[in-house]
Amino acid sequence: MASLTVEALEDLAADPSPRRRRRPRVWRALILFAAAAYFILPIFAALRFAFQNDSNHFSLYAVRAIPSQVGFTAAFVLSLKLAFSTLVLTLLLMVPTTIYVHLRLPRMRRVLEFITILPIVIPPIVLILGVLRAAPLWLKSSPYLLSLVYVVLSMPFVYRSIDSGLSAIDLRTLVEASRSLGGNWVKTMWRVVMPNLRAGLLSASVLTLALVLGEFTMASLDLWTTLPVWIAQFQQVDAHIATAVAMLSLVGTWLLITVIVSLDRSESRRSRRRMGQ
Amino acid sequence: MTELASAPAPTASAPAGSRVVLDSLTRVYGRTRALDGFSLTIEPGELVALLGPSGCGKTTALRCLAGFEVPDAGRVLVDGVDVARVSAQKRDMGMVFQSYSLFPNMNVLNNVAFGLRMRGVHSAARKAKAVELLELVGLADQAVKYPHQMSGGQQQRVALARALAIEPRVLLLDEPLSALDAKVRLELREQIRALQQRLAITTVFVTHDQEEALSMADRVCVMSHGQAEQIAAPAVLYAQPSTAFVAEFVGVSSRVPVTRSGEGVVVFDGVVPVRGGISAVPSGDLDVLLRPEDLVVEADPAGLGVVTHVSFLGGTTRLHVGVAGATVKVDVRSSEAHTWPPGERVRLRVTSRDVLVSPRRAAAVVVEE
Repeated sequence: MASLTVEALEDLAADPSPRRRRRPRVWRALILFAAAAYFILPIFAALRFAFQNDSNHFSLYAVRAIPSQVGFTAAFVLSLKLAFSTLVLTLLLMVPTTIYVHLRLPRMRRVLEFITILPIVIPPIVLILGVLRAAPLWLKSSPYLLSLVYVVLSMPFVYRSIDSGLSAIDLRTLVEASRSLGGNWVKTMWRVVMPNLRAGLLSASVLTLALVLGEFTMASLDLWTTLPVWIAQFQQVDAHIATAVAMLSLVGTWLLITVIVSLDRSESRRSRRRMGQ
Repeated sequence: MTELASAPAPTASAPAGSRVVLDSLTRVYGRTRALDGFSLTIEPGELVALLGPSGCGKTTALRCLAGFEVPDAGRVLVDGVDVARVSAQKRDMGMVFQSYSLFPNMNVLNNVAFGLRMRGVHSAARKAKAVELLELVGLADQAVKYPHQMSGGQQQRVALARALAIEPRVLLLDEPLSALDAKVRLELREQIRALQQRLAITTVFVTHDQEEALSMADRVCVMSHGQAEQIAAPAVLYAQPSTAFVAEFVGVSSRVPVTRSGEGVVVFDGVVPVRGGISAVPSGDLDVLLRPEDLVVEADPAGLGVVTHVSFLGGTTRLHVGVAGATVKVDVRSSEAHTWPPGERVRLRVTSRDVLVSPRRAAAVVVEE
């Protein structure tokens, strides 16, 4: 029996049958191609449209005209303000909470996981209508109400990023080692936990920024003209320009993410060089 | 490994060992009493090992001393001051953990200097001290490496240097060798002991490995169910275990049912005195606990014992002798082991002056006499 098994395995390993070896590769290539087409074709179509004039010829007029369009700058600045205020609020809320749960209430991790998944389950329209009904007037008149809502929306991504970052390190031991060496809680968090959580924090930041910069429903229902709302409205005026802005916002978000990741990498290199001296 | 002899002695004032008293510590988790009135006194410069099976409370006791657990009752005295409610960062206790606890974002030098940084020591001074400690553990040439670039043994030596850098009043070692392979473990335990003696630092060492405890500690505290079963020097603990639990947990013991006879008990046809006197033994059926080296085996075709199994241990060979349902372990010189092959009928005789007895276990089988 044993020899049969070994022989069978050897046959399998030595089998040069092209059909057996090629089939998975073909399927892999097909799936990859289909997925790539699904993502790239719409972007390519939009990009092509953005660089055409009304006569369907290549033109840069749409890109050149963007800054002078009414409301564009205000919408762009508002989106940036909301993105960064959301990011700060989210990290301030989620980082200490997740660390506390990991250290002191590990049994609550599942509960927290369930709570943070609720924004995905609850439709955005239900969420914003509830918020608009419940929020006080002074808050309703401020665009930063959206930041508060975005904090809730980003919770599933932020919690998971930080949670996986914390799970990757021996948090309890690191904290106890720091405390036994004289580190108070603030120094322990700043010098030991945060640097080791950098990948998780970075991922949380990127996801939050991407979410806020692309969010439409909430902003539209709260009657604030953020960049996605402006794009949707401007489609009625000039579809080429609106599409060009959409493309630029896509590139802008990508650039922002690249800058954050690069900053993190260069900081890592700098700190290693510094500590190596 | 590290050449301790060539390493420089620490320049700073060697930490004078503190006297530690754990007084009637109790710590309860739900229905579990992790510590149940646990008491222990550790003299300055002494290394005491807390030894016991999993769940006996040894780590909880260490964590109470470190400040990571607050006891529900009892006192933690360090040099006469109760620190039971003092936070961990203010206790000045260096700790080496079971899992590698080096900060992954810092290189070795900064790991060792971390405690000094937390104390506001100037950069140059802390760097000099960190280098000095790294020399002490033989890793000065590894200062710029990161933890992930080092072996487990090296990481634990850095952790030891880091714990010592703050000149702690007490050094706490929480199973620091258990994650290492056997060879490194042996080397590192010798190194830890040498450093501890050289610095004369009061040290508490938690382990479930009796060999580690017996070889390193000045005294060993055997724990069970949150209490100290026996606190004694390793040789005393081994030769004169005060309870059946200690006898069975430390070293190898065979449990054999016996009957009373005058001032002693009948073991293998001979009467042997009971340790502490028969009057101190509770009434009821008894077992005797015998060390392998306290027995001799003699060939006897009419003997009650039969060799059932033979284990080669190097210099000695362990015979497993079946005696009326009980299995007794006896050590013989390996050069003579061929005399007693499995199936051989033998007679056993006790050579120790006295024996430890304990109430009989329900499962024990009575020896036919």
